[in-house]
Amino acid sequence: MQPKLTLLTDEFIDRILDEAYQLLLRPGIKVQNAEARQLLGDSGGQVDEETQVVKIPAQIVKKALESVPHEFYLYDYDGKPVVHYGGDSVHFDPGSSGITMLNPETFEHETTETSHLIKLLKIAEQLPQYDAQSTAVICHDVHKDIHDLYRLYLVLLYSKKPVVTGAFTNKTVQQMIDMLVVFAGGKDALREKPRAVFDVCPAPPLIWSNFGSGNLIALARACVPAEIVSVPLAGAAAPVTLLGAVTQHTAECLAGITIHQLARAGSPIVWGGAAAIFDMRKGATPMGAVESAMLDCSYAQVAKSLGMPTHTYLGATDSKLVDAQAGLESGITAMVGALSGINMISGSGMLDFLACHSAEKLVIDSEGIAMAKRMIEGVKLHTEHLATDFYDSKINFKGGDFLKQKITMQLFRKEQHLPSNIIDRDSVRGWKESGGLDAFGRAKIRVQELLASYAKPELDPIKVADLHAFMRDLAKQAGMDSLPAHDLSPAVV
Amino acid sequence: MIENVQIEELYKQMAQSIIDGEAELAVELAQKSIELQMHPLETITKGFVVGVNYIGDQFGKGEAFLPELVMAGEAMKAAVATLEPELLKLGEAREMMGRVVLATVEGDIHEIGKTLVGTMLSASGFEVYDIGVDAPAEKIIGKALEVDAQIIGMSALLTTTMVRQREVIEELDKEGLRPRIKVLVGGAPITKDWAEKIKADGTSEDAVGAVKLAKQLLGKE
Repeated sequence: MQPKLTLLTDEFIDRILDEAYQLLLRPGIKVQNAEARQLLGDSGGQVDEETQVVKIPAQIVKKALESVPHEFYLYDYDGKPVVHYGGDSVHFDPGSSGITMLNPETFEHETTETSHLIKLLKIAEQLPQYDAQSTAVICHDVHKDIHDLYRLYLVLLYSKKPVVTGAFTNKTVQQMIDMLVVFAGGKDALREKPRAVFDVCPAPPLIWSNFGSGNLIALARACVPAEIVSVPLAGAAAPVTLLGAVTQHTAECLAGITIHQLARAGSPIVWGGAAAIFDMRKGATPMGAVESAMLDCSYAQVAKSLGMPTHTYLGATDSKLVDAQAGLESGITAMVGALSGINMISGSGMLDFLACHSAEKLVIDSEGIAMAKRMIEGVKLHTEHLATDFYDSKINFKGGDFLKQKITMQLFRKEQHLPSNIIDRDSVRGWKESGGLDAFGRAKIRVQELLASYAKPELDPIKVADLHAFMRDLAKQAGMDSLPAHDLSPAVV
Repeated sequence: MIENVQIEELYKQMAQSIIDGEAELAVELAQKSIELQMHPLETITKGFVVGVNYIGDQFGKGEAFLPELVMAGEAMKAAVATLEPELLKLGEAREMMGRVVLATVEGDIHEIGKTLVGTMLSASGFEVYDIGVDAPAEKIIGKALEVDAQIIGMSALLTTTMVRQREVIEELDKEGLRPRIKVLVGGAPITKDWAEKIKADGTSEDAVGAVKLAKQLLGKE
């Protein structure tokens, strides 16, 4: 039995949905994309072109909810289904859209470049706790017109895992889809086995921007999975109450799904977000706050009541260093996410309100994720009788008796998660002998080990050459004659 | 006559039986070696010991775990017990690292740590006499004299019973048995300071460290 955390009663879920449907009519949703307004208007939505506000009646939302898939998979490079969006499956990926990265020696938050992203990709590729990669940080050493697609290009070169990504404009989303098509070997192949999901954000409160709705439409038409990342900031850009903020989140998601399904019914889309409370002392959006996690757990319940696949942003911290605050906020919220049965939990590795990434934190977080995953495996029955068979004739009432049983050797790995040496369970002597380090110190060593053990993925050289050519063209269009050099860049540009 | 290739293969199987913690298989292989008239000492050192060393090594690296270590130790014990009568017949004995008497002191019944130390010591080639828990000084010393032990290892988990360790050491001194018999102390409340204060020859916080210490004390490392 997978243990579940639920915060809402069925009655609250009904009331949230009921009021969210009311919000879709009054005040309505501001839709800043003409094509999206047209889709909604043609289907019975009441469009005010002047204010761009669309009143979306319940029946078209309900129709969208009927056509939307309740589950789908993301596939790795080899075509293996790895990430299951649906039910109570739980996966984790590193947080994305970081703009800085922690230098573990100087503690500076460095502006991120190509080398930073590659470092994170190499680490995440080798940690089994991350079922997907993400386009984790922006590479400021390339032109901003290609920031989004250049990240995806690097992930495709350095990883075989599925990808959580996102486009920054309506033009680049199409180019990124085309990039995936190159690697999938055609549009139909990509449709059949999508490698990536694209985050698409509404703007709180109740706005689907030109870019957001444009992305929804493009992704729906290409049948490439979209992931709504609705960001209610409770107390500032959403009602201060958790129930109020979740209701706004619900309305934004329902509107997004409706636009998406009107563009192409049956395309996959995820009910997700990066909900946070608004900190009234600093005016910040704390991702590590327990209330932020409560918002996520709650909206996941609403999503599940509709049979929707789910996503959230948890496992991150607002601390600036990989310290005790980072550990407790990341560990606690990752556990809440897992117990909420959320299909994709993004945020690991991140500090400073999702702005700063850390390779060391990514390594430490993987241990928290392992604990959370062990937790949701639950308490299992491994033996016919619970205990009585353990007390055989060899029992002599000594403490070590059970260590000598074959069944202990057979089952201990199934019952106990065996942590890496990031987690210290050594004696004082052993701890001192191995350097007397804290978790951050151990993580620094582990990062170096992982960077050393990373092996290039074996990719079809023709596809890789096509990808390089595709990327070079786009870079040229952005005014760049060459791209930053890195391990897997072509020898001759 | 059995061929060398077969012998090598048998050694491999023996090592593997220890690694897998398969006591019954280890005994079967030991019996087979007797039938084949293989030299018992060579069987132990070239076959079974290779397995124990491997698992000990893996344990040290954090890649094998206590149940595997203990099962390997048990399998080793069973294999050696099968071969010992043959060794006696030949008038040979396996060269031991040393003889150790282990006990949990009087008034204390905790023994997981002590048992682990015993398993590790046996697996590393020590002859271990574990006299159990709640052992008074005279019983510990008596056993040490009986088996001509070079080391006494004493465990105590309670702050109220750790003082008994000192009593045993004082008794040994009175009888003039030190430095002939070395004393190792261990247990949750035992610190280096405590060991020095009661004039013990050393302490370790874990079983791997205890083996290292025992070897050092006997000049085997």
